[in-house]
Amino acid sequence: MTVINNRYEFVYLFDVENGNPNGDPDAGNTPRIDPETGFGLVTDVCLKRKIRNYVDVVKQGAEGYNIYVAEKGVLSQTREPAYKTEEVQKLKKKDEQIAAARNWMCANFFDVRTFGAVMSTKENNCGQVRGPVQLTFAKSIEPIVPAEVSITRMAVETSKEAEAQEGDNRTMGRKHIVPYGLYRAEGFVSANLAQGDKGTGFSDADLELLWQALGGMFDHDHSAARGKMSPRGLIVFKHQDALGNAPAHKLFEAVTVTRREGDGPARSFTDYAVAVDKGAIPDTVAVDVKF
Amino acid sequence: MSGVKLRVWGEYACFTRPEMKVERVSYDVMTPSAARGILEAVYWKPSIRWVVDRIHVMKPIRFDNVRRNEVSAKVPVKGASGVNAAMKGGGEPLRLFIEDNRQQRAALVLRDVEYVIEAHFEYTSAEDRNDGKHLDMFNRRAGKGQCFQRPYLGCREFAAFFEPVEGDVPASPLADEPPRDLGWMLYDLDYRNDMAPLFFRPALEGGVVEVARALEREGVAS
Repeated sequence: MTVINNRYEFVYLFDVENGNPNGDPDAGNTPRIDPETGFGLVTDVCLKRKIRNYVDVVKQGAEGYNIYVAEKGVLSQTREPAYKTEEVQKLKKKDEQIAAARNWMCANFFDVRTFGAVMSTKENNCGQVRGPVQLTFAKSIEPIVPAEVSITRMAVETSKEAEAQEGDNRTMGRKHIVPYGLYRAEGFVSANLAQGDKGTGFSDADLELLWQALGGMFDHDHSAARGKMSPRGLIVFKHQDALGNAPAHKLFEAVTVTRREGDGPARSFTDYAVAVDKGAIPDTVAVDVKF
Repeated sequence: MSGVKLRVWGEYACFTRPEMKVERVSYDVMTPSAARGILEAVYWKPSIRWVVDRIHVMKPIRFDNVRRNEVSAKVPVKGASGVNAAMKGGGEPLRLFIEDNRQQRAALVLRDVEYVIEAHFEYTSAEDRNDGKHLDMFNRRAGKGQCFQRPYLGCREFAAFFEPVEGDVPASPLADEPPRDLGWMLYDLDYRNDMAPLFFRPALEGGVVEVARALEREGVAS
């Protein structure tokens, strides 16, 4: 396990077809939308949840790849590895114990190692683990227009409802969908937070798994609400060292997504053109178009 | 002279008011402690301490509301379901179930922000006193876009972009507005004193938060 020692930035593109990528609890679970511009949003925590679920499914709780913040659905398949540690009993000092606990969490849990976690109780504060990977809100390329779809269920929940309808036994429901939306998220990997005694030990293998998760996470996240969601692009910028060689905004600006010629609203990924302007990127930063 | 100027900007920001932390509400402007954190993300050594003098507000102040599902618990360290028990083997498998510990929290966040931070550094010890070295390192890194970790605007999901400011700071679009009292605002945390928060009373004058002047006028209260 070699700890990463390069800074990375990445641009991640994904789209949704007739689905709701991320509901807004403040707006009756309609797709999140920026009220000022009409652009669609997907929060950072929504994407992180999918990454966690993917790793949980793929690694099946293999040692070092447990997921701390878990959804229940997957737990039944997870075989907990045996924890073997004598270290803690040997340690007498509180701060050493805290450090050992922190390191143990990082070594065993992928999500703690990647995104960090807050570990504290009332009486002893383990402080926070800051993870090297940072994601921002994903934003759609163009304004989205969510549609509300009414649906019928040929059954009712209670006998009271059945009596009220005189045996008609039907209920109406509604779904909110985005007919089509292409979203762009940007992310950062700070190698310094992975390295050293205070680092989380986030390794090259973990990084590969992260790219893999971004490529495959929608395949394990199908549901009635999501529609068809697909990863459409992952452009990774690798700097030469941990501090980096170029301002992040300059790298992000080199990735442009534009509408192709054509009328009317976009309805598929082919309506967009993704371009990476390699000329705008310094030679010291390697561009890797993963897909 | 040990002063630096850094332009920082981003799409969202949330400088949470400590009195409104559950459903987060951001201050109108960046706090000095958030500005210090951004400078430290670019360059810091234990022998120096960044002191923020001025924060220029370069975009109109606008708010937006975001509600998210968040976890309501922290990782327990002690107890049967805690880290220590799991490390010794036995106990329950260590997991935190989001369905059992869920809170939906709204956040009132700032939109489309841009600031220029003016700051200088002071020394914390007798060693390593070399103005030129620290200034050059900071300016070199800021110019190249290098950072120790990605700086952020209050919360890590709101990443900050940054670049050095050449010459004078351009005029703020808020320059013609009448001065505005920002009330008591978090200045920073006193790490020597059990992380006690320190407050000060700045004003927004001509689009600039005069941190140093507010400290001279009112000092800090904890």
